[in-house]
Amino acid sequence: MGKVINIQPITRIEGHGKIVIRLDDAGNVADTKVHVQALRGFEQFCVGRPVEEMPRIVCHICGICPWAHHLASSKAGDGCFGVTPPPAAVKLRRLMQSIAYVGDRILHFYFLAAPDFVIGPDADYSVRNVVGIVQAAPDIARQVVKMRQQATTMLEHFAGRAIHPTFSLPGGVSKPMTEAERKEMIPLANELLEFSKFSMKFAKDNVFPKYLDAIKTLGVIEVGYIGTVREDGTHDFYDGKLRLMKPDGSYDDFSYEQYTDYIGEWVEPWSYQKFPYAKKWGKLNLSLDHPTGVYRANCLARINVVDRMATPLAQKELEEFRAAFGRPAHLTLLYHYARLIELLQSAETMVELLNDPEITSRDIRAKVEPKAGRGVGCIEAPRGTLIHDYTCDEQGLITNVNLIVGTTHNNAAICLSVDQAAKLCIKEGKYDQGTLNRVEMAIRAYDP
Amino acid sequence: MAVNVASEWLNACSGCEISILNTGEALLDLLAQLNFVHIPALVDHKYYGQLGDGTTLEIPEATVGIVSGGVRNTEHQHVLEELRKKVKILIALGSCACFGGVPAQANMYKPEEVWDKVFRGCISTEPAPNPENPNLPKWTTTCQALDEVTKVDISIPGCPPHPDWIADAILALLAGKTSWSLPERSVCDSCPVIREKKSGGGSIKRMLANAEFNPDEGLDKMRCLNEQGIFCMGPVTLDGCCGKAGVPRCVQARTPCRGCFGPIRKGSKPMVDMMGALTSVGLDPKTLVDRRAIMNRYIGAHGYLNVVPARPVR
Repeated sequence: MGKVINIQPITRIEGHGKIVIRLDDAGNVADTKVHVQALRGFEQFCVGRPVEEMPRIVCHICGICPWAHHLASSKAGDGCFGVTPPPAAVKLRRLMQSIAYVGDRILHFYFLAAPDFVIGPDADYSVRNVVGIVQAAPDIARQVVKMRQQATTMLEHFAGRAIHPTFSLPGGVSKPMTEAERKEMIPLANELLEFSKFSMKFAKDNVFPKYLDAIKTLGVIEVGYIGTVREDGTHDFYDGKLRLMKPDGSYDDFSYEQYTDYIGEWVEPWSYQKFPYAKKWGKLNLSLDHPTGVYRANCLARINVVDRMATPLAQKELEEFRAAFGRPAHLTLLYHYARLIELLQSAETMVELLNDPEITSRDIRAKVEPKAGRGVGCIEAPRGTLIHDYTCDEQGLITNVNLIVGTTHNNAAICLSVDQAAKLCIKEGKYDQGTLNRVEMAIRAYDP
Repeated sequence: MAVNVASEWLNACSGCEISILNTGEALLDLLAQLNFVHIPALVDHKYYGQLGDGTTLEIPEATVGIVSGGVRNTEHQHVLEELRKKVKILIALGSCACFGGVPAQANMYKPEEVWDKVFRGCISTEPAPNPENPNLPKWTTTCQALDEVTKVDISIPGCPPHPDWIADAILALLAGKTSWSLPERSVCDSCPVIREKKSGGGSIKRMLANAEFNPDEGLDKMRCLNEQGIFCMGPVTLDGCCGKAGVPRCVQARTPCRGCFGPIRKGSKPMVDMMGALTSVGLDPKTLVDRRAIMNRYIGAHGYLNVVPARPVR
């Protein structure tokens, strides 16, 4: 029995996990496991809660993408009570989601992922972090912090809370936007759009070219993809139908309510996180040589499944991306590239919505009466498709909850990517801390 | 001289860490004074050595320890105890660390009920035995606050805590102080709404319809939510969610408080006090739907929430 390498905690990600790599006697990788150790039990403790309280309970699933859970839950609540929110409420929900997205994408790219690219994957861990970034590129760091703060301020001034919001409810939202609030936000939004454009250019000029080799060697897994598209196949963060794409690029489109026909969840004895898989593609197989049933979510998945982006600048970037990497693009590190294309779309959407006169309408909440029902609410969170499925009784109290959340979709793919990275990087017992960090980079790409 | 800081997140959502990053430009000045020797969210220091070949879990020594999240499994316990040994001052950051937080709603159920639901009771899940592996820590009986496991020196409550207070507490430590706390005031003390000490009476309304207000006017022209008959935890909740200036965060969205900063003082009984507050404006506390869970949404540790055989009383 060879050596065991414990990489714990997995760092610069937003969860709790441990990578265990077992080497054989020759020092080559025999087996790699990613153990997800957290379990909180939202599916159980939400039972009994009033449907209208759910958006402000389940946002606590994730402090990085609380808005996504908040909105998926509101949509599930709309479904339970059988109500359609007025158009302005939907626009305000979309606006909040776009602002939160911009803040989130900036955070991940510069603070969590960039240390590997800007400081370098082999640098000592004491400098390979956000503090290192601040020292290496102080002007950019200052700008990043300022832009993030700006997104946060926009959310807080209008909706009270940037983290764990209370603004959206079944039937709509809690307050309208005044003309004064709209006017105050426009210049801030324009500035964020300019910074998003800068980030895209900065990455394409300075970051991606240097690491193109790493991008090409650190893992290609040919698996499927999931994302939300509008009726005509356009990218949409907030609403549409689900599209599940096979590794060869063919796909099925289906409505939210049909998700159980297409997605199953498998339990492995070595992880608390379940393994969603594409039911129609056969049984889940996690072998690196012949994976089956495995699909990925999050930005690269969305960029692969959509026919086009929703906004002009993002569409231009998609065309360039597809010309270079094809569709579907399978290189794991392209997640970073795809993330910035989505940053651009979020920023453009934000500006677009703020210039829509209907956004200041006072009609922002449909009449809601408790009744028995079921609602499946989906949202594209930064980390992937959220599925919130609620059933309630005649008093509008929850009787059943099912949740499949962003990173969970990626569980199987993350395991494959980490196994692959370990096998590529560790040979004949030779590895150092830089090697092990490269293994973690495979997981970081998914921004779990 | 920079101060060494070791930070951990346990049964947490990472919102507290994001709140730290939201300190804005003050963050950069703060970062220059702190030397993070361990913080999984940002720095790659590992428990078992950078080559993963150690046999015991180690966290470096530091002056200040910051922990978010409550304790939900044996590894959280272990990490917390190790960190406590290595730091001089331990800060519980956020309401999960201080009171259990939203995940402590699980304390209303037996652990086996939760596991049964998660692994065998979800519509898309193929039923399977509970995962079991030496690398998966076992659940503790309940979700606990940090001070139920070890000594805590400073508590910064909130879900998330306001960045103003995080910076304030850290700057106090940098200035040589060893304690820090928020003033004992209620959310109502910073809430500008109109209060007349009476409501329309009768049943408590759910948030099925929005509060009544004129969007063109400030909060100082809106009637108190409890007095509108909408349940708001402001009267029994510690003030501070808006930071050093501003109005309560939830009320800013014209929505009621749910108590994320926890009780006004240690050992108080928010549920009893809140029933009193409702009665005093003429509302019938018995009409509050899902009373026990909603009144203890953020404070389910410390025995505030526990298993009751029947379904929660409405």
